[in-house]
Amino acid sequence: MPDITREEVAHLADLARIDLSDAELDHLAPQLAVILDSIKSISEVAADDIPPTSHALPLTNVFREDVRRPGLTAQEALSGAPQVEEQRFAVPRILGEEA
Amino acid sequence: MSDLTRRTAADLADALAGGETSSVELTVAHLERIDAVDGDVHAFLHVDREGALAQARASDERRAAGNPVGRLDGVPVAVKDVLATKGLPTTCGSRILEGWVPPYDATVVTRLREAGLPILGKTNMDEFAMGSSTEHSAYGPTHNPWDLDRIPGGSGGGSAAAVAAFEAPLAVGTDTGGSIRQPGAVTGTVGVKPTYGGVSRYGLVALANSLDQAGPVTRTILDSALLHEVIGGHDPLDSTSIDQPLPSLVDAARAGASGDMKGVRVGVVKELTGEGYQPGVQARFDESVQLLVDAGAEVVEVSCPHFVHALAAYYLILPSEASSNLAKFDAMRYGLRVVPEGVDNPNAEEVMRATRDAGFGDEVKRRIILGTYALSSGYYDAYYGQAQKVRTLISRDFAAAFESADVLVSPTAPTTAFKLGEKLDDPVAMYLNDIATIPANLAGVPGLSLPSGLADEDGLPTGFQILAPAMADDRLYRVGATLEAALLDRWGTPLVPPELVEGVDRAPDLASADKETVR
Repeated sequence: MPDITREEVAHLADLARIDLSDAELDHLAPQLAVILDSIKSISEVAADDIPPTSHALPLTNVFREDVRRPGLTAQEALSGAPQVEEQRFAVPRILGEEA
Repeated sequence: MSDLTRRTAADLADALAGGETSSVELTVAHLERIDAVDGDVHAFLHVDREGALAQARASDERRAAGNPVGRLDGVPVAVKDVLATKGLPTTCGSRILEGWVPPYDATVVTRLREAGLPILGKTNMDEFAMGSSTEHSAYGPTHNPWDLDRIPGGSGGGSAAAVAAFEAPLAVGTDTGGSIRQPGAVTGTVGVKPTYGGVSRYGLVALANSLDQAGPVTRTILDSALLHEVIGGHDPLDSTSIDQPLPSLVDAARAGASGDMKGVRVGVVKELTGEGYQPGVQARFDESVQLLVDAGAEVVEVSCPHFVHALAAYYLILPSEASSNLAKFDAMRYGLRVVPEGVDNPNAEEVMRATRDAGFGDEVKRRIILGTYALSSGYYDAYYGQAQKVRTLISRDFAAAFESADVLVSPTAPTTAFKLGEKLDDPVAMYLNDIATIPANLAGVPGLSLPSGLADEDGLPTGFQILAPAMADDRLYRVGATLEAALLDRWGTPLVPPELVEGVDRAPDLASADKETVR
């Protein structure tokens, strides 16, 4: 498995929507390489016929009766919002300038 | 009045039932204790003085009217800051949630309120429960009451330290890879990670959904059993909650305290002892195993060959789940919103990037990036897919081991508490603290840590871990209570941190003597 480069870390941070500064990239990229190195042995452990486990205990889908039940009021749901307008979440523009 | 803070929750419940004290008196005593020592310990991120006292007054009224709602009605509790509390700040130790006040209660919190336990406040933790030292809290570390220059474990160092320093008789923690049990070990307290699905995760801010589990943090086995029965059991609001009654845990703790281990098979996990474990930790472990033998238990050695890969599997599965879970912190609906500097009329994505950079600490960024990497196409099969297969192998190791043993045992953590700062910027060294606790989370089985003594080389607490099959949480309490009784018999008195033993009178000295402590 390849080492992780500074450029790859920058790309991953971009995918994860985190603005890393150059100083942070210098700091984090080598640490991530060390972490990956310490866990790379995993790729050789399990044979092809071993089934994966996503949850430790067997799960079945859970349904409830289709009945109305109380939820948050609009005011409660908006209580932690950074910005509110006309009883709605106010967010920055989502399209480009030219759109 | 400070004596009240030294007593167990079970004892305080009896004192309340007998009219010897009141919930207001108990709550005031613990709030005073917090005032006296928490400047040094920093177990709490938020103390809810008025709320706790109002709950205490209501409890006293219920009791006066002859209607207490349960055994623990009126006994105060502290709650890890990862559980949503209506009307009380919930930060998860992160800047991104600074000042957030949830509009609803986690089910665990609802159950605490319904059972009448006044909530003293919210306890410190590694940011989003990522860490083993509480140093990754955005609000500064918690200090170990046994030595204020040392870590209290993590991620639930605040809950463990609060209980160890007598700031609360009971606390709730959460355990994704050891975050209840490892702090228990290094602070000389008891912590239990229930069977996955045994305690509701509704309102628990998810780190890794398939691993997270809330549980009790206390000073005695019986107290953990009492609290576990309050918070545990089926919850329709959590689709992974087990729809079956809890086994009777308090009865199991009482049965265990009688000291009879005849017919109980205790398996020592070969892969979780020996090399890599501090000599004093190993010595206290070996003595505890001998005490169980003396009580009539049959000890066998079991091998779980895939446990050596548990850490690697965990550090792929956890970051993968965490990177997905933490995507919800997008600066739109709640939490921090940071507008990037030097950008005119920034769009939502630019705001999101700036917010997540400012709001998340180093460890969270490391794990989000690692998870994003592990889940990306091209690496998915080699990393995440393999980790899930290893998870199967670890579950099979447990199943095989539980054929020859009723419980498995190991030291909880490989070392005693290390110095604050010592491993802060060495992630791999930090991760090794959870080497013995992680397998239980991967397999969903319950685990308990109790104090096994003090290491000879440094005089710091060591932990003894007991693991049981899924749904057999009662076995933890039975075996734990037997060992606790045998150890107490040997020691004469419970383990008490020397720095804080003299209590409120010593607090001013503490404050001046430890000014140099890392903050």
